[in-house]
Amino acid sequence: MGTHIEEKEITQTVESDGYITVHDGKYPDTGWKEFKQVMSRTLKTELFGGLKITFNNMIDALFKNQMHTIRYPIEKLPISPRYRAVHKILGLLESGNNRCIGCGLCEKICIANCIRMDTKIDENSRKEVSEYTINLGRCIFCGYCAEVCPELAIVHGGRYENASEQRAHFVLKDDLLTPLDFLKDQKEYPGFGAPSDDADDKIQKTPLAY
Amino acid sequence: MDPIYFLETIVKILVVLLVFSALAGFTTYFERKVLAFMQRRLGPVHVGPAGLLQVLCDGIKLFTKEDFVPQNANKPIFMIAPVITAATAFIAMSAIPFLPEFTIGNHTVTPIISDVNVGLLFVLGVMATGLYGPLLAGMASGNKWALLGGARTAIQLLSYEIVTGLSILAPLMLIGSLSLIDINNYQTGGLTDWLIWTQPVAFILFLIAGFAETNRTPFDLLEHEAEIIAGYATEYSGMRWGMFFIGEYANLFTISFLAAIIFLGGFNDLWFIPGGIAIILKVMLLIFFFLWTRASWPHVRPDQLMWLCWKVLMPIAVINIIVTGVVIML
Repeated sequence: MGTHIEEKEITQTVESDGYITVHDGKYPDTGWKEFKQVMSRTLKTELFGGLKITFNNMIDALFKNQMHTIRYPIEKLPISPRYRAVHKILGLLESGNNRCIGCGLCEKICIANCIRMDTKIDENSRKEVSEYTINLGRCIFCGYCAEVCPELAIVHGGRYENASEQRAHFVLKDDLLTPLDFLKDQKEYPGFGAPSDDADDKIQKTPLAY
Repeated sequence: MDPIYFLETIVKILVVLLVFSALAGFTTYFERKVLAFMQRRLGPVHVGPAGLLQVLCDGIKLFTKEDFVPQNANKPIFMIAPVITAATAFIAMSAIPFLPEFTIGNHTVTPIISDVNVGLLFVLGVMATGLYGPLLAGMASGNKWALLGGARTAIQLLSYEIVTGLSILAPLMLIGSLSLIDINNYQTGGLTDWLIWTQPVAFILFLIAGFAETNRTPFDLLEHEAEIIAGYATEYSGMRWGMFFIGEYANLFTISFLAAIIFLGGFNDLWFIPGGIAIILKVMLLIFFFLWTRASWPHVRPDQLMWLCWKVLMPIAVINIIVTGVVIML
């Protein structure tokens, strides 16, 4: 199929009123030629070619494991390792310390103003990050924080399922950035999209009746 | 009137109504699955095993939807139009023998509601009357898309009806009866007696006209969503829309049964297959063919349908009749 499409001789003439008429030389101009065209199209059995394609598609999908559908929450497509989704703060593999040195560059460069950090001097006189939050409700995933980080501590990870019903979830500080042990002395930062003071009261279970 | 006969007819009517209403729903499931597989999708999978209960969900949705009548619609006609489609689709089935005779106890049941001697004429006539449904719906909706759909209904009716009639005229000349039971009994001699071998042209013409009659894909101009939204059904919602749908699928079964009885040997036994199962297999095959073409073939324009029916199919049908007549005479 497809090889019998002939090259058409297309010529153009400019009419007196400025319109360009395109002449397609292959259109049948007599009744007999029209009849021949109809007959050849009918007897080429191209319709059955179409039936064959869809039938083969069905066989491939059913028996040769070529179904295109990804049943999303159950199955997931692999994403590129360079995918830039929700941030991760990396640790130093050798010592287990946080890689972040608390320089605050990411906080400074963040154009959506969604990163906040607190630092203190720890018992070894090292600067230590005590709080680190990214308000994902405001984050535009520009990637400046990861780009500016001198220690490659903050990076974008592959976690892309961050839709939620409640704004409080978008901060995600607990399960992403701050270690769980420090949750209890975590301080909230006010601002648009941040959880309010009474967020704990307002938070509710996901309604089941959808 | 014989009370047993009366009761039997009532039961038959109920069975036909219930079975084909359910089958219409199930065919929508089957259609979605087949179309999905042919496009390498899964189709409905979430409700019930393999998505089987999707039909039930669709039914609940249709029943609970608001029955909406537009402000400028002609209310009585708008409300009665879907009933015409559904009712005529089921009335047409009253003259179709669905299965061979069988006996319960010592009572012989003929699975045909009424064996009228002009059965085929009756079926085709009532099916053609069913086109009043889309026509009136389109004209009463007070909607321009619906009006276009109604106009296309008229075009379609004028185009295919002549082909249907002329195409089955040739086999009828051979058989000499309009009763579908006689037509079936004409082909009792197994595979070689099927009328498709002596009347292949008529079979193809009848199938093409059947596609047009049931508004199936190559000819579904009435509700061609790319051009006129949903055509005559644009303003319909809920169960009124559902009745159009049931009627359409019931017509699909009617045409498939007709094709199976007239051309494919009906409910005669085929090799080792008993007749009842044979006709069901044939009808299922034809239905699959209807769905298959829906997945494969493009739509035609209304003018192309008229051109096809009047300038191509009708002359072929007439030639077929003449050739058949000459052969019978010789």
